[in-house]
Amino acid sequence: MVVDQLREDELDRLFQAFADSTRRDIVRRVTVGEYSVSGLAALYAMSFAAVQKHVAVLERASLVTKEKRGREQIVRGNHEGLQKARRLLDEYEAIWRQRVDRIADILAEG
Amino acid sequence: MSVTGTTKNLEALSFTLTAEFDAGVERVWQLWEDPRQLERWWGPPTWPATFEKFDFEAGGKAGYYMTGPEGEKAGGWWRFTSIQPPARLEFDDGFADHNGAPVEAMGTTHVTVTLEEDGGRTTMTVATIFESEEQMEQMVQMGMEEGMTGAVGQIDAILAEHANA
Repeated sequence: MVVDQLREDELDRLFQAFADSTRRDIVRRVTVGEYSVSGLAALYAMSFAAVQKHVAVLERASLVTKEKRGREQIVRGNHEGLQKARRLLDEYEAIWRQRVDRIADILAEG
Repeated sequence: MSVTGTTKNLEALSFTLTAEFDAGVERVWQLWEDPRQLERWWGPPTWPATFEKFDFEAGGKAGYYMTGPEGEKAGGWWRFTSIQPPARLEFDDGFADHNGAPVEAMGTTHVTVTLEEDGGRTTMTVATIFESEEQMEQMVQMGMEEGMTGAVGQIDAILAEHANA
């Protein structure tokens, strides 16, 4: 079901994006508030260019959006993410409903 | 219908399900306590789970894998954080590589199971808290037969990336 709705290459980008701890940290921060790329760069012991690269990976995975504001590039969490979370919770519910059905079948055996 | 209610919290990335079974609490507890019985319902029919290791005690670990129609394997582990038979069970659930070693980068979910008996019937509540949306996505794929093949491919890709890093 998940694979039907999310194309394989989208999944590749998504998992590549979260396989790195700095990128996971960036996602956590920009989900709560907006940051400029230079603001993010100040948080990590790495160059502006390296942080910019991480943001680009996250952008390709549709986890964040980037927008120019004056001289700054503003990074925000992608709101479609919340919709995705809702869908995922629905699918997780389906998994557990199936498990409960299997448990009921086992218990019915006596 | 066995499922009596579900609650989802998008911000907290949590999911709670309540189900009622026509059996006593000791019997329902066995379905969690006995890995051979757990294997009969944890995985979808086309991706059955095999628990290779099952130290059912607080601090103990369990290791399992799920086997697909083409012989594909997807591994996972549990760490029991609290066991109070036959009423309450808590564990962390994460992904494992082909050797059963935890893949920390993929996060864990925390699961709390409570069982309550009333008049010979048992109410089971399963509360799950996810660490991140990405991790929830992977967990959903692990549980869905339609998503399993893709999930195995993703785990392989992440493991390969870590091996090359």
